[in-house]
Amino acid sequence: MADDVVLEMRGIRKVFPGIVANDDVSLDVRRGEVHALLGENGAGKSTLMNILYGLYRPDGGEVLLHGKPVTFNSARDAIQAGIGMVHQHFMLIPVMTVAENIVLGAEPRDGVFLDERGAERRVQELSEQFGLVVDPGALVSEITVGQEQRVEILKALYRGAGILVLDEPTAVLTPQEAQELFAIIRSLQADGKSIIFITHKLNEVLEIADRITVLRRGKVIETVPREGATEASLARAMVGREVLLRVEKAPAQPGDVLLKVDDLHVTDDRGIPKVRGVSFDVRAGEIVGVAGVDGNGQTELIEAITGLRKIDSGTVTVGDRTMRSASAREMLDAGVGHIPEDRQRRGLVLEFTIAENVALHDYAIPPDAKWGWLFPARMVQFAAGLIKEFDVRGGGPLSRAGGLSGGNQQKVVAAREIARDPKVLIAAQPTRGLDVGAIEYLHRRIVTERDEGRAILLVSLELEEILSLSDRILVVYEGEIAGEHTGEVSEEQIGLEMLGGAERTAA
Amino acid sequence: MTADSNIPPETPEQAAETGTLAARIALKQRAGGVAVPVLTAVIAFLLGGFVVLATGHNPLLAYRDIFNGAGLNWIFHPTTNVANTAAYNLTQTLLQSTTLILTGLAVAFAFRCGMFNIGGQGQYFVGLYTANWIGFDFQHMAPLPHILLAIGGATLAGALWAGIAGFLKATVGAHEVISTIMLNWIAIWMGEWLFGDGGPLQNVANKTVPISNDVASSAQLPVFWGVQQLQGLDIGFFVALAALVVFWVVLNRTTLGYEVRAVGFNPEAAAYGGINVRKNLVRAMAISGAFAGLAGAIDMLGYLYHFGVSDIPVSNVGFLGIAVALLGRNTAIGTGLGALLFGGLLFGTTHGLSSNVIQPELAGNLTYMIQGLIVLFVGADVLILYVWNTRKKLRLRPAT
Repeated sequence: MADDVVLEMRGIRKVFPGIVANDDVSLDVRRGEVHALLGENGAGKSTLMNILYGLYRPDGGEVLLHGKPVTFNSARDAIQAGIGMVHQHFMLIPVMTVAENIVLGAEPRDGVFLDERGAERRVQELSEQFGLVVDPGALVSEITVGQEQRVEILKALYRGAGILVLDEPTAVLTPQEAQELFAIIRSLQADGKSIIFITHKLNEVLEIADRITVLRRGKVIETVPREGATEASLARAMVGREVLLRVEKAPAQPGDVLLKVDDLHVTDDRGIPKVRGVSFDVRAGEIVGVAGVDGNGQTELIEAITGLRKIDSGTVTVGDRTMRSASAREMLDAGVGHIPEDRQRRGLVLEFTIAENVALHDYAIPPDAKWGWLFPARMVQFAAGLIKEFDVRGGGPLSRAGGLSGGNQQKVVAAREIARDPKVLIAAQPTRGLDVGAIEYLHRRIVTERDEGRAILLVSLELEEILSLSDRILVVYEGEIAGEHTGEVSEEQIGLEMLGGAERTAA
Repeated sequence: MTADSNIPPETPEQAAETGTLAARIALKQRAGGVAVPVLTAVIAFLLGGFVVLATGHNPLLAYRDIFNGAGLNWIFHPTTNVANTAAYNLTQTLLQSTTLILTGLAVAFAFRCGMFNIGGQGQYFVGLYTANWIGFDFQHMAPLPHILLAIGGATLAGALWAGIAGFLKATVGAHEVISTIMLNWIAIWMGEWLFGDGGPLQNVANKTVPISNDVASSAQLPVFWGVQQLQGLDIGFFVALAALVVFWVVLNRTTLGYEVRAVGFNPEAAAYGGINVRKNLVRAMAISGAFAGLAGAIDMLGYLYHFGVSDIPVSNVGFLGIAVALLGRNTAIGTGLGALLFGGLLFGTTHGLSSNVIQPELAGNLTYMIQGLIVLFVGADVLILYVWNTRKKLRLRPAT
């Protein structure tokens, strides 16, 4: 068994100013193994892998490859030693073809020219060998995200990688694409490749990993085989306490209709109709979940309701105010709170302090300001209260929002929106990219706000999130509502409607 | 407990996880703090020194004489008597700095709203023209209202001029860099026409000279240091200092400033916050132009009094303002210090330098060389950051 070990990291230590990112971390990876590296954001997973890939030099410890100590000074060294890495953000050149991207840096040559045919042939061979279907001649700008990821994997295989590091590979994929990725991983495994799979998603780990190493605050908590591990045991190791994975909530007690959307039509920036005659309402004290594959009009629907996008026709009614085309300001004043799907791009001004971000909607009215004059001290005081209430960690009111972890950034956004006491709260992808602890908190909070009598519209690409939180579910497909469900409904049924394969329940 | 102690340690890991190159650079800039602009200036001066060396002169002596020529040696033996050379030189440096503070603030304000106002020169010109017109045509006014009217009119003119670019950006998406450059040329040719033969602002005394009238004495700013006839330092200097304070207060203590900064950092988040982004683009551009227009008024009423067609192509204070703002990181205090540096360079390299210490042809151009290098380095910040970080790494490495 021991000589099966292809890679060993022993006692790795890495210190950044003010923080120990890796503290005596040891890890071994066997031939043909899928080894999951599990941990919350900031647990030190990326640091460890960057050390393996030659991007950081460790302050202590050693890396052994096939039993021999190695030192990598750059990614080039690591690649030559047979280590491949697929980052979360792909590094492909959009104007080049799939084949050109794959061979880039190690091109087959025909004289001084690129041997285009040879490259495509080689890519085709690799693609068939591992069941990674790509079109070698297609331009990268024209392929899907899932295909881009395959190109990245092929790129590593082309360079002879025996150990492949996948950094949160499913974060950008749809559930179907994730399943395809798992099939690819299994075929790589069958071929004797070793895979290090970085993630914070528990279900994936249990599905694909052979062994699991859990990191917390830079330290290895445990390395366990998949057999015997459960979501609950892994979550406990990750977070350091018992975590409630199921959302506990009492049955909804819907009251008055607080949000009513009537025959809404909206187009996107390119003039393509994205919301096509959507009508629904959300009552006080209920959570209505909107399920759907990304790009089926969810974004435009939310933007229309929040006044961030022009409505072509139809109306939005908040409380007793019916609006045809309101500005963002009017919607805020009407009582719409909005946790946007992209907290860094829209939800926060990262360069602003937490206090300034908390004031983002109400900076111009008392107590934050009067007659155009700001009162920063009051902003700070107010923010300090919210930081306490929402348990935001990693900074005070005067810290930059950009310096917080994703989960804490999201807490700041949620705190701001909830503190305005909105009638309607729109939560778009409220837990995307967050770790279990933060997800648990936000889910509980959303249910609490429901029980406070707010009307909550939850839009998420995570079907599990929709199923566990919603009192009522709407499924959108190509800008229309393809299904509505109250009470028990199977995941398969919704999945079918998401792909447009179901009979219209409304029809 | 200070504000800084609340800021969490930002590890490279966190930085890398936040993503974009811009974000990472922004992070490093904060890490570099005040050191980076200082380093930028130092490297620019070093390279300038090599050029001086290449012409066969001692750069240290050259810089010493420029320092003295700018009157900065006045701090070693201060006196208010301008018969003293150092004191006189200092008043001239401060005259230049006054203008550069205002044109620098113009660029900085637009930057804070995410726009690059390259049209400070044109806005300065329209301010200058307006101040000359009001200063001459409104005779027999009492000094205070006359001055206020001329300054107000010129500031408004600058605001309108830049506001055009802001309006075009907000409505049809015309990029402000292009439109402000075009507006510069319109302002330049407008001056040629206004002061040229038969132009409406040409002087009444001699119709063969393409120069304006002198502004009436009631519109001239009082000189508080030096003699008016010898181009003493006028109270416009205090106006510029006040403008620095106003700039800081508006940005940091008003809702208008909050909106400007939010739009500048992240227009999408600003819109989400309920801020009218378009309105802010127009308004910030207008305020930016107001600073430049004010600069024109202060120069016209403070010491120029008249302006001619031949003066137009020589003036470049609007462009120097870009270097001042970039070096000053678009902050009030940074712009003030940057203006002092460039004011000193402008005057120090053009007056009384002996050909023993510096090649005469090089002298005046040294300023523009250093200006160019600073703009280049601020643009190529990454390079400076690299040097800075390497230095830190070397320092952090434990001795073995």
